[in-house]
Amino acid sequence: MIEFTFWDILRNLLLAARWTILLSIVAFAGGAIAGVAILLLRISKRRWLRRAGEYYIGLFQGTPLLMQLFLLFFGLPLLGFRIEAWTAAVLGLTLCASAYLAEIWRGGVQSLPNGQWDAGSSLGLHYVAQLRLIILPQAFAITRAPTVGFLVQLIKSTALTSIIGFEELVRTSNAINNATFAPFTVYGLVALIYFVLCYPLTRYTKILELRTARQH
Amino acid sequence: MGYALDFGWLNGALGMIASGAAMTIFLIVVTSVIGTILSIFGATARRSRYPILQKAVGAYVELIRNTPFLVQLFFIFFGLPRLGIRLDPVVAAMLAMTLNMAAYTTEIVGAGLDAVPKGQKEAAAALGLQPWLVFVKIVLPQALKVIFPALTSQIVIMMLESAVVSQIAVRELTYEADMLQARTFRAFETYFIVTLVYLAMSIGLRRLLFAAGRRAIAGGMA
Repeated sequence: MIEFTFWDILRNLLLAARWTILLSIVAFAGGAIAGVAILLLRISKRRWLRRAGEYYIGLFQGTPLLMQLFLLFFGLPLLGFRIEAWTAAVLGLTLCASAYLAEIWRGGVQSLPNGQWDAGSSLGLHYVAQLRLIILPQAFAITRAPTVGFLVQLIKSTALTSIIGFEELVRTSNAINNATFAPFTVYGLVALIYFVLCYPLTRYTKILELRTARQH
Repeated sequence: MGYALDFGWLNGALGMIASGAAMTIFLIVVTSVIGTILSIFGATARRSRYPILQKAVGAYVELIRNTPFLVQLFFIFFGLPRLGIRLDPVVAAMLAMTLNMAAYTTEIVGAGLDAVPKGQKEAAAALGLQPWLVFVKIVLPQALKVIFPALTSQIVIMMLESAVVSQIAVRELTYEADMLQARTFRAFETYFIVTLVYLAMSIGLRRLLFAAGRRAIAGGMA
């Protein structure tokens, strides 16, 4: 039997944390890109597009992320895609993130006065240019605090991908716990690593909130 | 390809799905009630005169909010037996969910308490009400009214997050889905149906809470 020292445990957990970080970054970036697309649906002038965006968001916010991951993991192979845990994890978190981010940004867009759109039109800008130059930059600026807040939620959500077999922090910790029978140390350290990742972002969110509150 | 979706198993599975859903509902009801009550104490303690209480509650809230629920669950379920505290999976799940819930709702309730104008408290005190009566009769109802939508959202989020307690073999909805798909070899169809059940439950729960809240709080205010 292999003996694990405290440092062995910590080193293995830190190595596994790289995957948690990578997954968070990829899912956040992918979710931001897809989220803008969903946002465009959600604020579209056509009613059926708005509805489609609304249902998309409602679907992802109204079902457990774990079920979304399971459906992708077991569903995509039925469509003939070869899928690994990493693919399902990235895809699932990206789709879920896009729904949440779109909803956050929609709040930002709708908090802007109508005059912003009117001013854009009066300058002769067409719809896409109004969005790109006037509406979206302001909407993103207003919603920076909840966006960073969502990133914290996303980092924590990556823990669920351990259940479909992706080798990130929690899955590695389960294996180490089975080998060492030291659940306090192992899960304590795991919690600490997540805390170190998330807490600075949480603080940053607070600072952003205070800054926004002072401006108003 | 050549894969055809098959829902033939569903007839014999309705009982399992129903009993799993019942367990999920039981968990979320217990958690919401105890979690909300705890968070009223938490939010009050955070606004008390005692720095130790403020710090302790603050640390608890930040610790829970910055770590994944799954890790908290494993820590409680696998860690506590090491201290000689053996927990039934259901009890461990309720404990983890309640502790998690209370951290989020402490923030929500706190925001509600802050939103009640100071004059309300002063007026009640001027009428000669005891301090605890001022809190229970005047401040708390108004705070709850403000935070009700946020509280509802948090309860729905917690219900969805409770899917992971299947990992410690609590026989709730996701656990039953795992069992079903292992038996029927129809993983996609099983999770598809169960996802729809979750969707219906979250929509239903939201509607129910809003309807109940509007009545109870409007009545309490009058």
